[in-house]
Amino acid sequence: MAAVQDGSTELDTEKETKPEILSDGSANISGNAGSGVLSSSPPAGGAQKPEEDQQTLIAVLQFLRRNKLTESVDILKREAGLSDDQENSKATDAGGKTDGDAGDTNALLSRVSIASAAAPQSAPLPLKSGDDQPDVRVILSAYSQQGEPPLYKVYYSDLKKFIESVLDCHRAELSQLFYPLFVHMYLELVYNNNESEAKAFFDKFSGDQECYYQDDLRVLCGLTKKEHMKGNETLLDFRTSRFVLRISRDSYQLLKRHLQERQNNQIWTIIQEHLYIDIFDGMPRSKSQIDSMSGSLAGEAKREVNKVKVYYGLLKEPEIEVPLDDEDEEAENEEGKPKKKKAKKDSLGSKSKKQDPNAPQQNRIPLPELKDSDKLDKIMYMKESTKRIRLSPENLPSICFYTFLNAYQARDTPLNLFLKLNLIDKESDDVLERIMDEKTASESKVLYGHGGPVYGVSFSPDRNYLLSSSEDGTIRLWSLQTFTCLVGYKGHNYPVWDTQFSPFGYYFVSGGHDRVARLWATDHYQPLRIFAGHLADVTCTRFHPNANYVATGSSDRTVRLWDVLNGNCVRIFTGHKGPIHCLAFSPNGKFLASGATDGRVLLWDIGHGLMIGELKGHTDTIYSLRFSRDGEILASGSMDNTVRLWDALKAFDDIETDDFTAATGHIHLYDNSQELLLGSYNSKSTSVVHLHFTRRNLLLAAGMYNSQ
Amino acid sequence: MMEREERRFVEVPRESIKLMAESIGVELSEEVAALLAEDVCYRLREATQNSSQFMRHAKRKKLSVEDFNRALRCSNTESVCGYGAQDALPFRPLKECELFFVEDREINLVELALATNIPKGCAETMVRVHVSYLDGKGNLEPQATVPTAVQSLSDDLLKYYQQVTRAILGEDPHLMKVALLDLQYNSKIAALLPYFVYVISGVKSVSHDLDQLNRLLHMVKSLMQNPYLYLGSYVRSLVSSVMYCILEPLAASINPLNDHWTLRDYAALLLSHIFWTHGDLVSGLYHQILLSLQKVLSDPVRPLCSHYGAVVGLHALGWKAVERVLYPHLPAYWANLQAVLDDYSVSNAQVKADGHKVYGAILVAVERLLKMKAHSLTTTAGGGSATLEGSVARSVGFRESSPGLSPPLEPISEPPLGIASHLHAGGAGCPWEDWTPVSLPAMYCELYSFFGDSLAMRFSTDSPQVGIPTALSCQQIHNRKEPASGATNLESTRKMPQLTANMNISPRQDESPHTEQPPSLAATAPGRSFARSSSSSVSRSRSSSSQAGRSSSQSREVFPKARFPPPQAGPPAFTFIIGGRQMGRRCQGRRFQTSFIPTPPLTSLPPRVYAHKLPVIGRVSKPVRRWTASYYSLYLPF
Repeated sequence: MAAVQDGSTELDTEKETKPEILSDGSANISGNAGSGVLSSSPPAGGAQKPEEDQQTLIAVLQFLRRNKLTESVDILKREAGLSDDQENSKATDAGGKTDGDAGDTNALLSRVSIASAAAPQSAPLPLKSGDDQPDVRVILSAYSQQGEPPLYKVYYSDLKKFIESVLDCHRAELSQLFYPLFVHMYLELVYNNNESEAKAFFDKFSGDQECYYQDDLRVLCGLTKKEHMKGNETLLDFRTSRFVLRISRDSYQLLKRHLQERQNNQIWTIIQEHLYIDIFDGMPRSKSQIDSMSGSLAGEAKREVNKVKVYYGLLKEPEIEVPLDDEDEEAENEEGKPKKKKAKKDSLGSKSKKQDPNAPQQNRIPLPELKDSDKLDKIMYMKESTKRIRLSPENLPSICFYTFLNAYQARDTPLNLFLKLNLIDKESDDVLERIMDEKTASESKVLYGHGGPVYGVSFSPDRNYLLSSSEDGTIRLWSLQTFTCLVGYKGHNYPVWDTQFSPFGYYFVSGGHDRVARLWATDHYQPLRIFAGHLADVTCTRFHPNANYVATGSSDRTVRLWDVLNGNCVRIFTGHKGPIHCLAFSPNGKFLASGATDGRVLLWDIGHGLMIGELKGHTDTIYSLRFSRDGEILASGSMDNTVRLWDALKAFDDIETDDFTAATGHIHLYDNSQELLLGSYNSKSTSVVHLHFTRRNLLLAAGMYNSQ
Repeated sequence: MMEREERRFVEVPRESIKLMAESIGVELSEEVAALLAEDVCYRLREATQNSSQFMRHAKRKKLSVEDFNRALRCSNTESVCGYGAQDALPFRPLKECELFFVEDREINLVELALATNIPKGCAETMVRVHVSYLDGKGNLEPQATVPTAVQSLSDDLLKYYQQVTRAILGEDPHLMKVALLDLQYNSKIAALLPYFVYVISGVKSVSHDLDQLNRLLHMVKSLMQNPYLYLGSYVRSLVSSVMYCILEPLAASINPLNDHWTLRDYAALLLSHIFWTHGDLVSGLYHQILLSLQKVLSDPVRPLCSHYGAVVGLHALGWKAVERVLYPHLPAYWANLQAVLDDYSVSNAQVKADGHKVYGAILVAVERLLKMKAHSLTTTAGGGSATLEGSVARSVGFRESSPGLSPPLEPISEPPLGIASHLHAGGAGCPWEDWTPVSLPAMYCELYSFFGDSLAMRFSTDSPQVGIPTALSCQQIHNRKEPASGATNLESTRKMPQLTANMNISPRQDESPHTEQPPSLAATAPGRSFARSSSSSVSRSRSSSSQAGRSSSQSREVFPKARFPPPQAGPPAFTFIIGGRQMGRRCQGRRFQTSFIPTPPLTSLPPRVYAHKLPVIGRVSKPVRRWTASYYSLYLPF
C-alpha cells in the first residue's frame, strides 16, 4: 500500500476499497501482497508492460466482483478503459496459461533452465510474477494441478538422499532447501485433501528440520484441512512471498543437474514457483554462516535489497545561540568510535559544523521548527551531558531498579501499569526538570480512554505529549500538561503493539497485528506512510536518530529498515530465530541492536547491511535494549530476570569490513559473547521489561514482580 | 501413527463433541462429529497460538484467560466469559466415569455476607526501588549486616574484615594478638573503619561476656593507635562504646566473681587515650563525656559499679575533671557511700564491698587531684621567682602549669576567696560551667575531712611569707566557714608508710582527729603558702635531712624552708617525715605536712567520723591486699 503514495489513478480506486479489503482477513493479504508487488514496480500508467498490468487489473476486478463491489468494478473499469470482452478473454488467457504451465512441465523446465543460464543472477521467476499474484484463488490453485501427491514422500526422500551424498561444502547450502520444500509440499498435500498423506509426510520429515523452525512446525502440524488454510494468514503469506535462499553457483548447478537427471519436476516446480534462489559466485558458505543468517519466516534477505544507500549519519545539530563549550556533545559521536578520541581532543566547535558524509540532507525529511523551549531543553541536555559519567568496561553504570509489586497479574489495569512504568521513564529522561513536579503532584496518573490494554507508549521529545498504542487498534495522543486525550489515531484495525515518537517530535511510527507499520504526523489523522512487507505482526518500531529511517521488528523474525521519505524497505535483517521484541539504535546511528524471544541480541551494521555480532547469554525473551548515552555500553533486560551489560564499543570495533564480506554479505561470526559480557545482574523474580539510561548514564530498570 | 498424532497435540475426542451436541439437543452422526472435532481442535489451537502473542506483548510468562479472549475477539469469535478469576481453576477428573470438569465450588453467600473477616482486596500496585552501585569490577555492594556505606569494598577487604573480626572475637588468644597488632599497623583498612566501628558498637549485645568486651576494647585500642586511620566522627561512636563499658551496670557484674572492675579501669584508660589523642576530632566531646559521667555519679539509683566507673572515668580524664566534677559532688555523694559502708548487715556485704571499691577509687582520684594541683602550683611558683608576688602569679601559673594533660579549659578565674566548698558541693548536679576553682588548701581541708589520714598526701597549712593579702584571704574564709578561730596551726611530723601497712597507720590516725585540727578548717591556710608546700610534696622523695641545705641553695629548694617560717600570725604547720618503706625501694623517707587547727568547731559533717572509717575498712576485708590490687588496677601511666 506504499504505492498509494504514487497516486496513479487505478490505485486510487483501490484505495477507496481498502477499508472493505481490510475488513476481510484473506482479502487483507491480497491487498498487502498486491501492493508489495506494485510498490516494487510501479505501474506508471500501464505503459511499459500493458500485458501484465491488464492481467493484474483483471484480477482486481475479479476480486471486486466476487465481493459484490460493483461500483468499484465500474469505476475501475472506466478508469482503466477496459472492456468486458477484454477482461474475459484475458481471464481465460491467464487461466489457460497457468494450466499450460502446469501441464507442460518439461517445457517450463527447459525454459527456466535457459533463462537461468542466460541470466543467473536475476532469478528466473520474476517473469512469472504476474501470473501467480493476481488472486488468492489462483495462488491456491497453483497447488491443485500438481502431479501425484503420494509421490511427494518419494521425491523428498530422494532429494534428501542426494543432498546428504554431496560434498560437505555443498551439503550445508543445499540443506537450506529442506525446510521450504517441506512446508510447500505439506501444504500442497493438505490443499489437495490428501490428509493422511500429509500427516504421514509431516511425521516422516518434520524431525529433519532445523530446530529453530519448531514454532512454525507446530503451527503446521495442526493444519490438516484445506479450509484451515484459508484463514491462516501467516501461511498465505508464506505462499505468496518467495522463500529466499542464498546458494553459491556451484551448489546450484549441482542441484539443477540432479533434478534434471531425475526428471524430478515436482520439486523443480516448487522451487521455481515458491522459492527465490539468490545465486552468488564464490565459496559456498559454511553451516554456521548459514545458520546465523537463516531463521526468518521468508528466508534470508535478497542481497540487492540491502544494497540501497542508507544515510545513517546524524543530522547536524541546530545552532544554538547560547554559547556553550560542550555544544557538540552529540555531534562528537557522528564520526563513530574510532575517531572519537581524536574528536575529543580537536576543537570541538569545528566538528559540529561539518556535515557528516553519511548523513542525509538536513531537510530530507521536513522537521518541525525548534521552539524556544526545545532550545532550552537542548541546552539543558548539554549541560547534563557534561556531568555524565563516562562509562567503560571499568566503569559500569549503577542500576536503579523499579519493581512493580502486585502488578504481575493485574491484567485489568495494564494501562495504569504501563503508564506508571513510563512516568518513571519520563522522570528519568529529564532528570532535573520535571521530576520535581511529578513527584510533588502525584507519582502516577491514570489516563482513561483505551478500550484494551496498552502495549506501547512513547513520550514526545519535549515531554509534553504521550503516545499510547492499545489492543483496541487505536493510538492515542495525550497531553501531559492537562492529562487528557488529544487525538485518537485510527488506522490499524488490530492491536497496535508498539509506537514511538521521532527524535524530533511531530512524526511517530506505529506497528501492529495487521503486519504493517505506519508513519503518522501528530496533526494528520491519517498515516503519511504505510510500511508493508512484514509477513507477520510488527512487534516493535524504532526511529533512527536522524529521523529519516524507521526500523521495525516482527514476528516473522526479520528486522526491516524503512525509508521515511519514500516508504521503501531499505534493509532486511534476518538471523533471529524468534519474534523480535526490542530494537535499539546506537547513538551514532551506525548500528542497530535487536533482541528476540530466542534470548539473543544481534548487532547490525546499517551502512553495510550486515550482521556484526551476536550476544548470547539470556535464556529468555529480551524485552528491552538500551545503549548508554555515549554508546559504550549496551544493556539488555530479559524475562529471565537479569540485566546484562555488554561492551558495545568492543563489539563494534571487531567488525570485519573487508570488501568481500561487504560485497557478498557473508559474515563469519565467532562467538565472543563471554568477552563482551561485562556483567549480569539478577533480580529475584522480577522480569526486566524496561531499561533506560538517564542523561547522566544512570541505568534505570523496571519490571513486574512475579510472585510465582 | 495415531500415537504420534496424540503426542503432537491434545485433541478433543469426537465423543465429547457428540455429548456436547446432545446437551443442546442436536444429534450428530459419527462422521460429522469427527470432522467437527478436528475443526474444533484446530480452531482452539489457532486461538491459543494467537493468544500467546497477547501474552508476550503484555510481557508475562503466564497465559491468561483474558489473553485467550482477546485472541477470540481478534478472529471475530465471541469471547468466553466467566473464567476471569485470578486464581488457577483446578481441572479435575472424576474417576468413576471419565468425566473432567472445572471445579467450581458453591459459595454460601449468607456465610460470606455475615463473615466478620472482610476479605482483603487486591493489593495495590506499587513501586519499590532498589539501587545497585557497581564498582569498576562490576561487583555489587554487599547489602547484609553492615551499615550502608557508600564506599564499596573489594573482595580482599571483605575477606580481611571477616578474618580479623573472627580472629579477635574468636577463642585463640594468639590469633587475637596477631589480628590486633595488624589492626594497629595496617595502613590500608580505612575503608573498613565503619565496619569495625559497627562491630565495636556491638558491646551492648555482649555485656554478659567480659572476655568479649575486653576483646572489643582491645580492638578500639588498636584502631586508635593505628597511625593511618583518621577516625573522624567515628570517635563519637567509639567513645560511646567505651563509655558503655565504663558506666553501664554490665550483665557480667551480677556475678561478684567477675572482675568487671578491671574492665572498667581498662575502658577508662582507653577513654582517656581516645580523648587525648583524638579528642580534637569531635567538638564538645569533653563536655559531653563529663556531663554523662556526672549524671551517673549524681544518680543515687545507679549501682555502685556504675559510680565506680564514673569515678575512674573522671580520674582517667585528668585531675581537672576530678576537680570539676567529682570534687564538688563529693560531699553529697559521701553521705550515700557512708550509708553503705556503715551497714554491717550480712545481706549488705556485697554492696559494701563494692562501696569500698568506690571509696578506693575516689581516694585515688582525689589524691591525684591534690598532687597535680600542688604540682601545677609548684611549677608556677618555680617558674616565677623565689619571692612570690601573690595570688596573681598563682592564677597565671595555674594556666601555664597544665602539663599537657588537661584539656584546654577556660582560664580559671582568680583564686577563690569567698566560695565555700561545702556550699558549692551541694549543687553537684549543676553544670560545671559556673564552677570556680577551689583553692588547694580549702580542697585539702575538705578532703581531709572525708578521708582523714588515708590521704597519702600531707600539706602544711601554714601561711608562710605571704604576708597580709593572704592573711586577709584566709581571714575571709574563716569568716565564712566558721567563727575565725585564729588558732595556731601546729606543725607535726609523722611517719606514715604509704600503703604498705594500714595497721600501722591506724593508731596514728586515731589520734589525728582528736588531737589535731580537722582539715576542713585547715583550708583557711592561704594559697600562697600552699604553692610552696605543694612544691615540697613533689620533692618529697628527697630525704628530709638534705632538705635544709638544698632548699636554701635554689629558689625552688627554698620552699621547704620558706614553708616553715617563724609562725607569724598563721596557724602552726606540721611536717611529717616518713621514713617508712615504700615498696622496698626507697627508704629515705617522705615528708608529710599537715596543719591543724587545735579546736575545730564541728561542722555539719564531723570529719572524725570519716577518718574513723579507714581502720574499719582495714579490718573488715583484708584491706592490704585489696588496696594494692585496686591501686594497681587504677594505675594510669600519665
